[in-house]
Amino acid sequence: MKFTLSWLKDHLDTDASVNEIAEALTDLGLEVEEIVNPAETLAGFTIGRVVKAEKHPDADRLRVCQVQTDEGVKQIICGAPNAREGITVVVCKPGQYIPGIDTTIQVGRIRGVESHGMMASERELELSDEHDGIIELPSGEVGESFAAWLAEHEPAKVDPVIEIAITPNRPDALGVRGIARDLAARGLGKLKPLEEVTVDGRFESPVKVGINDDTRDGCPLFMGRLIRGVKNGPSPQWLQDRLRAIGLRPISALVDITNFFTYDLNRPLHVFDAAKVRGDLRAHRARGGERLVGLDEKEYEFAPGMIVISDDAGVQSIGGIMGGLPTGVTEETTDVFLEAALWDPIEIAKTGRALKISSDARYRFERGVDPAFNAPGLELATRMILDLCGGEASEVVQAGEEPEWRRAYRLDTDRVQSLVGMEIPAKEQRRTLEALGFRLEGDMAHVPSWRPDVQGEADLVEEVARVASLTKLEGKPLARPHEGVARPILTPMQKREMRARRQAAGLGYNECVTYSFIDRASAEMFGGGEDATMLENPISSEMSHMRPDLLPGLLQAAARNQARGFMDLALFEVGPVFTGGEPGDEQQHITGLLVGAAGPRDPHGSRRAVDIYDAKADAEAVLAAIGAPAKSQILRDVPGWWHPGRAGRICLGPKKTLAVFGEIHPKILKAMDVKGPAVGFTVYLEEPPLPRRKGATRAALKLSDLQAVERDFAFVVDRDVEALKLVNAAAGADKALIESVRVFDEFIGGSLGEGRKSLAITVRLQPREKTLTEEEIEAVSRKIIEKVTKATGGTLRG
Amino acid sequence: MEELRQKYLEAIAGAADEAALEAVRVQALGKKGEISLKMRELGRMSPEERKVAGPALNALKNEINSAIAARRAALEDAALEERLRGEWLDVTLPGRPRPRGTVHPVSQVTEEITAIFADLGFKVAEGPQIETDWYNFDALNIPPHHPARQEFDTFYMHRAPGDDRPPHVLRTHTSPVQIRAMEKEGAPIRVIAPGRVYRSDYDQTHTPMFHQVEGLAIDRDISMANLKWVLEEFFAAFFGIDGIKTRFRASHFPFTEPSAEVDIQCSWVDGQLRIGEGEGWMEVLGSGMVHPKVLEAAGVDPSQWQGFAFGMGIDRLAMLKYGIPDLRAFFDSDLRWLRHYGFAALDVPTLHGGVSG
Repeated sequence: MKFTLSWLKDHLDTDASVNEIAEALTDLGLEVEEIVNPAETLAGFTIGRVVKAEKHPDADRLRVCQVQTDEGVKQIICGAPNAREGITVVVCKPGQYIPGIDTTIQVGRIRGVESHGMMASERELELSDEHDGIIELPSGEVGESFAAWLAEHEPAKVDPVIEIAITPNRPDALGVRGIARDLAARGLGKLKPLEEVTVDGRFESPVKVGINDDTRDGCPLFMGRLIRGVKNGPSPQWLQDRLRAIGLRPISALVDITNFFTYDLNRPLHVFDAAKVRGDLRAHRARGGERLVGLDEKEYEFAPGMIVISDDAGVQSIGGIMGGLPTGVTEETTDVFLEAALWDPIEIAKTGRALKISSDARYRFERGVDPAFNAPGLELATRMILDLCGGEASEVVQAGEEPEWRRAYRLDTDRVQSLVGMEIPAKEQRRTLEALGFRLEGDMAHVPSWRPDVQGEADLVEEVARVASLTKLEGKPLARPHEGVARPILTPMQKREMRARRQAAGLGYNECVTYSFIDRASAEMFGGGEDATMLENPISSEMSHMRPDLLPGLLQAAARNQARGFMDLALFEVGPVFTGGEPGDEQQHITGLLVGAAGPRDPHGSRRAVDIYDAKADAEAVLAAIGAPAKSQILRDVPGWWHPGRAGRICLGPKKTLAVFGEIHPKILKAMDVKGPAVGFTVYLEEPPLPRRKGATRAALKLSDLQAVERDFAFVVDRDVEALKLVNAAAGADKALIESVRVFDEFIGGSLGEGRKSLAITVRLQPREKTLTEEEIEAVSRKIIEKVTKATGGTLRG
Repeated sequence: MEELRQKYLEAIAGAADEAALEAVRVQALGKKGEISLKMRELGRMSPEERKVAGPALNALKNEINSAIAARRAALEDAALEERLRGEWLDVTLPGRPRPRGTVHPVSQVTEEITAIFADLGFKVAEGPQIETDWYNFDALNIPPHHPARQEFDTFYMHRAPGDDRPPHVLRTHTSPVQIRAMEKEGAPIRVIAPGRVYRSDYDQTHTPMFHQVEGLAIDRDISMANLKWVLEEFFAAFFGIDGIKTRFRASHFPFTEPSAEVDIQCSWVDGQLRIGEGEGWMEVLGSGMVHPKVLEAAGVDPSQWQGFAFGMGIDRLAMLKYGIPDLRAFFDSDLRWLRHYGFAALDVPTLHGGVSG
């Protein structure tokens, strides 16, 4: 919403400066976005007089002027046709910035002749589009400030323009008068009374208005009158200046008047060329399929139910949104039908959105236009049309009634103080509401017709608080809910996520935050991409589906980094993945991705390609960090984006997967343009059971003084026998005595023959009661060999 | 006797290695060694003679033994020194590479915020990112077709044909967590709710996903003045600047009343933003007293309970605090950016250790 200072002063009697007004507006909740003060832009430009103008020796179109300025006579080369001796001009000196051409003037030579400045046109100073010649002033002294001259002679040209952001609850502030009312309530001046006007009708309107029965909820009131014998020329300068200042293009007096009412009083109006209207005007719902070319010269087709205004020939206006071109006024219009109506905000919003029309009228009607100001607005506008365009007005025609808007809420002045935490005397609270147009009866505050947003007691609190100024609010300590040392607040799951993240970073991974939505193809590769997880209005096809897994986002990140020349990567992300489109179809994952080599080349020869045992170790480290049970099993059935032979699930039983790790399927790498090798892991953060709380005390440590004994065994088994099977078999040989079994070597093929391998294990025996004898150790060893042989079909390696 | 002593001490001192030293020892103290033989002669001496020669011989034997031990130690030291001289390594070669991981600024700042609010008794609440339009809008006093809804640039989820429910949305703010938290816990309540939010906007300063933290405190007599104190305490702790000022400006949010936008004190010096000093103000968050309709929607009686809510951008706080220029880079996963702006795993923000990584 834009307006000028002088426009504001039509409604507000004030001496406040632009800056004071701007500060108050922002503080009141009408946030100032920009102030354009032409006087500031023009500061420094002074008035001069051309004392001599001669043709440039080397250019027919240029003149060498001697210009009297406050700094003496200056030589200025000028190409304007009107540059001549005796005229009063605006001088721009070297070093000054010229806004209209975005240039700082320098002393220069033009075809060999020095020029010490410039004489400006209106366009060069951004005063208008006029550029046929330089400014010629009818008066003014040499050396006088041009801005000061304008302020005296053409104040509109230095009128500061203020632009404010309007929150959706404040339709009243979409008119300059509403803004003035807020400032007056704040004490920045006095709201001037609005003239009450009634224009008596001289004749019966030949055009009548009507509202279909099924349309009264969408258009409760439709008024209008015909004004005949008008002359629709350009509007007067002051009106054109106002409209231009706020960025509107003056069109003709009639159109400019409706625009003026829109911005001045938040009262959108429409004018029909009565000569082009066939019969009467009727607000009704479209049957569907009707068409109309709007004033924006675009054709619109109406869906069933949209509210339009039709005459006998068809639809002529999109009620409350935009008029139609066929009945629009032109310079030739002599009879005009002036419409003032009320429209339901929701209907306007729906229709405006469906037709994709953003008009000043729609913007206002969907926020709420003063229902009690329909008739007064019509009268005021009639008066202005008669004043500016002549003619005579008919009687007012009306359909529908002013809708009921009266309501009142209790003002609890104590509650205001309790909510805001500021002392605002009851008297001041009442004064504030009255200044804003509320009528107080006892403790009941009657809401003014222009404030549709006030719908309860809480809204009264807001009005009082914002006028009292929240800037003055002083902080008051908020007591802790618990006196003394603060208590821990994180849930076990929240702690788990934090620990997983810091563990992964500790293991050398860089944390990424990637978008929750990815492209359909990537989603499909990872088990997603179904319609339930699709966005209806994605910002691009790259972000169309909620991610089913964290890997695609990380692989895309890896590809981007590889394109930048970083081939070895360790990336991870903690975040949600989506299993469906309903709230709660979310799981919290942590996924790590290792690509390329485990480290850079170094003199110690430690560089090697990453492999699944890196990913597995990291998965296990993260599981340990989040307190997952140490005992788990590894199953090989993994989703399809993993290498089928090089991936596993870490599970508590086949249905409880805690984590998955492995090599990324080569097809996926190819599709996602990542240069492998690439391995990764995902820990399903919600899956590991939470440990049962047993207080802080640890179980007692049991240490044996008896020395443990280690024995090594090597078995030759088929290649596809899994190490874990062998380890479990060995461990089962004597559960009391065997403390641990660890694989320490794997050897494949060679002298063992095709399809065979050797696995070496070390078994640690921890005696509990007495030192083991050689015979006892032998007995356990035999049992281990027997168990392993039986379980794996292997043999002890000789 | 003195002659013997002199002879062997010299021989010991002159022994060049362990073998030579052993030879001297055998010559002097071995079974047939010169001193051993002399000891044997003691038996043949008269008691008087023995009284003099015995102790002298014993003393000589001990002295020779000590000298041998000392010489042996010296020889060992010299040999070790000689070996170590040959074991020189180039200590300027790089150590074995250890990868250095990092924590993303969004995670770090979220933890910082959590640590500060935890001290004031705020728990961390969570809610789904795919939300019903009721939680995201209606319950927050934003009815359908209200112009305020249009301002959110909402992402809608696809609806299967025949499913006539209003489409779910990607939550446009963390405010729906207010409703879910109050439904679950009732009043009194103090929570913050950090997390991802989504709006259909992508340009220099907007990304379609970003992070917010919601704050909610409901009790019998919580006021907007308490809100101001809490926020000022928060900013002082977060930026590590005591006495940082905030400014409340009246504004409008459908879910709070009164509503305020909150600015923090700042200045620009040579194009650099400085928080907590100077005359300028920068908008950082929206806040207000929870609207009675919102309390009602969440099943809390507004005639008994009142309190405040606020919402601020986590990414933006991270940018302000750590001088990170571009929001879009947060989600680009450029390794150089992650390493430069990321935090070490051990940089856990705590109140006693400080919340600035």
